[in-house]
Amino acid sequence: MSLLQTRPALPSDDKRWKLVNAAMRRNGYAGHALIETLHSVQESFGYLDEPAMRFVAGSLDLPLSKVYGVATFYHLFMLKPKGRHACVVCTGTACYIKGAGALVDAVEARFGVRPGETTEDDRLSVLAARCVGACSLAPAVVVNGDLAGKQTADRLVAKLEELA
Amino acid sequence: MNLDDLAEKAEEYRARDAGITHEVRVCVAAACQSGGSLPVLEALKAECSDGGTCKVKGVGCMGLCSAGPMVAIAPKGGTIPDSILYREVKPHDAVEVLASVGGTPVERLHTPTDQPFFARQQRIVRENSGLIDPESFTGYVAAGGYAGLIKALSEMTPGDVLREMTTSGLRGRGGGGYPTGLKWSTVAKMPADQKYVICNGDEGDPGAFMDRAVLESDPHRVLEGMAIAAYAIGATKGYVYVRAEYPLAVERMELAIRKAKRSGFLGSKIAETQFSFEVEIRLGAGAFVCGEETALMASIEGLRGQPRPRPPYPAEAGLWGYPTLINNVETFANIAPIITHGGEWFAGIGTEKSKGTKVFALAGSIRNIGLIEVPMGMSLREIIEEIGGGCPGGKAFKAVQTGGPSGGCIPAQHLDIAVDYDSLKTLGTMMGSGGMIVMDETCDMVDVARYFMEFCMSESCGKCIPCRTGTWQMHELLDRITKSKGTHKDLALLEELCDVVQATSLCGLGQSAPNPVLSTLRYFREEYEAKLTAE
Repeated sequence: MSLLQTRPALPSDDKRWKLVNAAMRRNGYAGHALIETLHSVQESFGYLDEPAMRFVAGSLDLPLSKVYGVATFYHLFMLKPKGRHACVVCTGTACYIKGAGALVDAVEARFGVRPGETTEDDRLSVLAARCVGACSLAPAVVVNGDLAGKQTADRLVAKLEELA
Repeated sequence: MNLDDLAEKAEEYRARDAGITHEVRVCVAAACQSGGSLPVLEALKAECSDGGTCKVKGVGCMGLCSAGPMVAIAPKGGTIPDSILYREVKPHDAVEVLASVGGTPVERLHTPTDQPFFARQQRIVRENSGLIDPESFTGYVAAGGYAGLIKALSEMTPGDVLREMTTSGLRGRGGGGYPTGLKWSTVAKMPADQKYVICNGDEGDPGAFMDRAVLESDPHRVLEGMAIAAYAIGATKGYVYVRAEYPLAVERMELAIRKAKRSGFLGSKIAETQFSFEVEIRLGAGAFVCGEETALMASIEGLRGQPRPRPPYPAEAGLWGYPTLINNVETFANIAPIITHGGEWFAGIGTEKSKGTKVFALAGSIRNIGLIEVPMGMSLREIIEEIGGGCPGGKAFKAVQTGGPSGGCIPAQHLDIAVDYDSLKTLGTMMGSGGMIVMDETCDMVDVARYFMEFCMSESCGKCIPCRTGTWQMHELLDRITKSKGTHKDLALLEELCDVVQATSLCGLGQSAPNPVLSTLRYFREEYEAKLTAE
């Protein structure tokens, strides 16, 4: 028996796997690099699917159950693909007091999706964040990574309609 | 390297700006950036390219986040009260702003700095914030940075540092208020060949953004504090655990670590001594419970962020079973000035049992939203009415929530209380990390309690039953009451559940989850009763 652990081959020749592999190599394929690795998978692919989790589990020599356990524990990790656009509505206390609920309702009324859901045409995913730390700009949303503050229902819906 | 060498370096860095008389400072922290401060910075730089007596630079948070993008014109080395401060600056204002350097302020944009919001603050943690470029290592050194670390390494033994920390009376700024000197001494006493220092930057409390601003505005200050701590307790490895929701803070911290390492203030043989200290960043992944220290350590180990019973405390058996010192961002930001000026100096600020200053994040229904730093013991009325400017739109103040989902609310009749760790406890709330959410007369307190319970319910890690099931049941009851479907029996059951969850949960999240309910019941019971229906 060889002491050298054989690592699984990359799941496909998609170049993004090399980024994931690099993240693991940087941490010496240590088990404690699991969260860092999952971050890099999500950054590269947008979400974590079963082949990705199997690959990470095999590479870090961890049981798949543990990888799945961590992936489902942390809110930031997504197990389903996101839509082409992502709108994160902050539901922190300051935003809540300044009407984050009305933003969520307006988005639902217009696009038919609640936080955690994606429209059927995969155009828009709506997410809720616990606080993005932009309380001075409450109520705040993050659309495709850009923070936008002092939102009203009309402004937000108009902004989302503009997205292709 | 000794203090003289460092002073020489600082002088050398300052000399690079010899011809400069004024600085035009543009806030490039997250809130102002999202308000469009980067194009303002570019426009000002383009207008001021002649290499005259004026230098345009990006700086950290100036505090009045609701008025961003903020621009300050300061005489070189001046503080915020010395500056002409402009609010909501747009790129097309650049010419006008630059024309006012050394002259009359542009009336349309001017925000007086003699108003209480600026004049009543005392800045220790945030002394560099808004003055220096957070991405510049030389800027930090020129402002006196790393003098605390060099003083500790060249003139003090680890025991001296511990004594200075104990004298200072500093208490943990993450919310617990545990004496920092005592915590450090406990870890220092542990015999172990490996120890760790962890900086807790998992600011999960919604409505709090102090740590974010410190990390984004003055990252080297945190690293310096961590290095001093490592020297005092005998650690060689540190982790900064930051929420993934704060990408700018992560980016600036990474840059700061790289630059500090390159300049020999981190890494092996720091400042030509035998002391070595490495720091790595670890990202959170959106779990509030990871702010709890044992859950945070589990997360660094790559596990689900679930807390474990204490003892053993992290000081005895922490990260990977080794003695670990874990402090909050703001605590570490207090260390360097304590070492530079001495523990006695720090102990002279604040109240008898709560020393120093505290950074608060003012948000909600208040005119001046942003960050303030005031001495401990300032009255809540001064903070809310004078510094914060009261509720906007002529609405009456109703309550302020401190300590987030683990804290409670303070109603108007207690506004004159002097804010420190112990006084807030007597009112049934806590200091917490420093978020203050102001609520006006239009706010429904039962709904606020329901909101916090929903938060705790979905953030419960699920390990212990009282928290996992109890928060769910309490949320159901609160939901029924807010929809005017609750009965007196429901209210009695809710109170009973509060007691059980508080007494039997494993960690702080569960133990404190009932606090918002208990506190709103204590001060606004009539609002609950008004919503109840007959049996």
